Amino acid sequence: MADPMRIRASTAGDTVEVKILMRHDMETGQRKDASGKVVPAHYIKTLVAKVKDKVVFDANFGPSVSKDPFLSFKFKGAAKGDKVSVTWVDSAGDTRTDEGVIS
Amino acid sequence: MNQQRRNVMRITSVLGAAFAAGLLKPADVFAAEWSQRVFDAKTLEAAVKELGGDKFTVSTDVSITGPDIAENGAVVPVSIASKAPNTDFMAILVEKNPSAVSASFTIPAGTEPAVTTRVKMGATSNVHALVRADGKWLVASKEIKVTLGGCGG
Repeated sequence: MADPMRIRASTAGDTVEVKILMRHDMETGQRKDASGKVVPAHYIKTLVAKVKDKVVFDANFGPSVSKDPFLSFKFKGAAKGDKVSVTWVDSAGDTRTDEGVIS
Repeated sequence: MNQQRRNVMRITSVLGAAFAAGLLKPADVFAAEWSQRVFDAKTLEAAVKELGGDKFTVSTDVSITGPDIAENGAVVPVSIASKAPNTDFMAILVEKNPSAVSASFTIPAGTEPAVTTRVKMGATSNVHALVRADGKWLVASKEIKVTLGGCGG
């Protein structure tokens, strides 16, 4: 199981800014290890953020997103105390969901 | 007892094979489907075509911010934003990477068309922000110089 994400969500007026830091190697499939073997590709492909079961953000990643991906976006229509739920799925079928409370 | 265990093993291995073959994609659950063809596109033109557009225009409504010089190509912070009304899709493309499209974002109503993330860059290259607004494809570009490449090893 993958490591947890760090999710920070804060309000500024009626806008909520969400910052997500995922923990993932994001292997491109092009890197070689010390013995010269290609390290197989393994990266996050899709990410969905929801608030109260409504999708507020939807991202597709390729292998060229950096290791331990960072993402930030802003949306309207949520209040302090609401929870942002973020789910990612990677190329190996692993998935992880974490929640952050809007402050 | 032993037979039962064998059956369990058989079922799990079949499921595993189905995952490996891409028959059962966990990503299918989500709205915007992850497309290998989009992420295989080598150029901006090809990517727009795979996404269902035919032409794009350079627009001042779209902005892209990042460093002029990135010392470490493995972590290049890039922000893209759009002022065009009804922006519902955005993408970051690195022209000289093995596959141009780094990430794409679907923007539902109520979400601002402004995203920040970090991408890998193999070499000095133009980085494009691609936006779909009102069905039109808009582009802004910026050259980012890379001192140390972040692809391969």
